Amino acid sequence: MTETDTRVLLDSESQAWLDDLRSGGPRRDAAVARLRELLVRAARFEIARRRPSLPHLRGGELAEIAEEAAGDATVSVLERLDDFRGASRFTTWAYKFALLEAAVKLRRRAWQGRELPLEPERWTLVPSGGPGPAESAEQGALLTAIQDGIQTALTERQRTVLVALALNGVPIDVLAERLGTTRGALYKTVHDARRTLRTHLTRAGFDLDAFEEGFE
Amino acid sequence: MTPELSAALVRLLGPGRPELGCDACFDELDRYVELELAGEDADRIVPGMRAHLRGCPACREEHDSMRALLAAEPADSEGRLP
Repeated sequence: MTETDTRVLLDSESQAWLDDLRSGGPRRDAAVARLRELLVRAARFEIARRRPSLPHLRGGELAEIAEEAAGDATVSVLERLDDFRGASRFTTWAYKFALLEAAVKLRRRAWQGRELPLEPERWTLVPSGGPGPAESAEQGALLTAIQDGIQTALTERQRTVLVALALNGVPIDVLAERLGTTRGALYKTVHDARRTLRTHLTRAGFDLDAFEEGFE
Repeated sequence: MTPELSAALVRLLGPGRPELGCDACFDELDRYVELELAGEDADRIVPGMRAHLRGCPACREEHDSMRALLAAEPADSEGRLP
């Protein structure tokens, strides 16, 4: 058995979940109710983790978001039941749908009604401070080259997306919704923009590997 | 290099190595986190995941949440995660 084949044999608990959810009548209804309960718990967990960064949301709103996230996640799990291959336990697989739904809803709620900073000219590379005296010349040159690369090497779309996500702190789900696309498609744009920017910097003579030793 | 500059460069330039996309990351998230918590070499078994988590703050948040959620739950009588 190869590593990619490992755990194709389901553990008994995961198999029981699948059997129950694929059955009919009261047995299936009970399983769906248990699944929803599980996903409410996961959504509440995610919301509790993020609560310190959400002071503007009241308890009632958060409870409502948890219920909505769990409901949407339950639908997703049931729709994608055939995608479960037993690479993890069933409950772990199901949890991720609730965590995703809760996280996306919270990010969108946090930015609801706010204007997105999408103008590529409105950005600063480093919000405060800047390079110290010992590193200022080399890092200053790098920052100048990055700024030049953003303005000259990227397409307008790449510039808009990269600046919004990487410099202006717009969450990817929020930007995807506003631009009418998906997180995956937007990340592809980011990936391409980063690659173009890296090529620009390498051609300008920068050894990114050396700089990246300081990134970790 | 200041932490602010380092963080800005990571956000701008990304991981600089082969990485999964967001959809593949979501597909692998459950397996990856269970492998991590089991002490297995998750990065070798799921190549490109670590790089993506480094480059994508949203997926990283969801990874961290999944890890925290599983870690907070008791394992069953056979030592398996819930």
